[in-house]
Amino acid sequence: MTDCEKRHLIFGIKRAAPIVLGYVPVGFALGVLAADAGLTPLQTGMMSLLVYAGSAQFIAVSMLSAAASYPAIIATTFLVNLRHLLFSASLSPYFKEISRKLIPFISFFITDESFAVSITDLRERNLSYTYLLGLYVTSYLSWVLSTVIGTAFGNLIPDTKALGFDFALPGMFMALLCMQIKDMKAAFIALIAGALSVFFLYVLPGNWNVILAAVITAMIGVLMEK
Amino acid sequence: MDKNYLLLLLGMALVTYLPRFMPALILSKRNIPEVLVKFLNYIPVSVLSALLFPSILVVDDKINISPSNTLLLTSILTFPLAYKMKNMFLTVIAGMIIIVILNRILF
Repeated sequence: MTDCEKRHLIFGIKRAAPIVLGYVPVGFALGVLAADAGLTPLQTGMMSLLVYAGSAQFIAVSMLSAAASYPAIIATTFLVNLRHLLFSASLSPYFKEISRKLIPFISFFITDESFAVSITDLRERNLSYTYLLGLYVTSYLSWVLSTVIGTAFGNLIPDTKALGFDFALPGMFMALLCMQIKDMKAAFIALIAGALSVFFLYVLPGNWNVILAAVITAMIGVLMEK
Repeated sequence: MDKNYLLLLLGMALVTYLPRFMPALILSKRNIPEVLVKFLNYIPVSVLSALLFPSILVVDDKINISPSNTLLLTSILTFPLAYKMKNMFLTVIAGMIIIVILNRILF
């Protein structure tokens, strides 16, 4: 590893800090629900290792508690995670530049949060693949471990809300949004996307709000250029 | 771990992995048309906002625009800091401190 790659690795790990702050309490919470649904720490851990998608895992665990059929759980997981299509498409030019060989590996780690941080950083500066490894793998490990610990020791974990952890992810999204808003047009786009997202959350079941709001708003943005 | 549960996980893993992997794979093999490049340029701002708004406005499945929503109150107080600092970690820490203080005062 060159010096530059080492620096980028450390930078990636540091940039994962807010994601870890957000994932750990949510992972604990999922673990507690999973234990209630009758899953062992190993079963929860395997799910986190293989699927690694917070909202889909919450839905899967609640469907397991309700004794839903496995095909229904898989179909729901698919729909809830379709928004990753957009993230993957947006990251593709950077992935291509950084390392085409690693695409099958690094694309596994795309989540709402890892996308948000990496797309902001990759737009700002040239980074090597080690940055992505540092950011993505650190976030991944924090999720897997916290869901396992939550399942095993859920009842012993103190109330993380009292410590302000519930603001970690909203705070991170806000900071990243501020870095992206560079003119009035971007501010306008942000307002429309936010309003549409809340609207779709109400009128449509099943986590369609993010993908629909983002696609419609990005189309409005393109049309405004003409 | 029983075999059925493992099959469930493999199914979930596959349907989650494909949307993460396919666009990056397909788009990295060809030149992206310019209109799609423009479209994708707007995705980060719109996705971030689409994630942020529900996370601070919707509490327990209901829109809550009142001082009892400490997440919203904290966001309003943190926003100028976030805009000035342009620093992810400091924004998160500042927001966490603010929400702890608000929770102490209000409840």
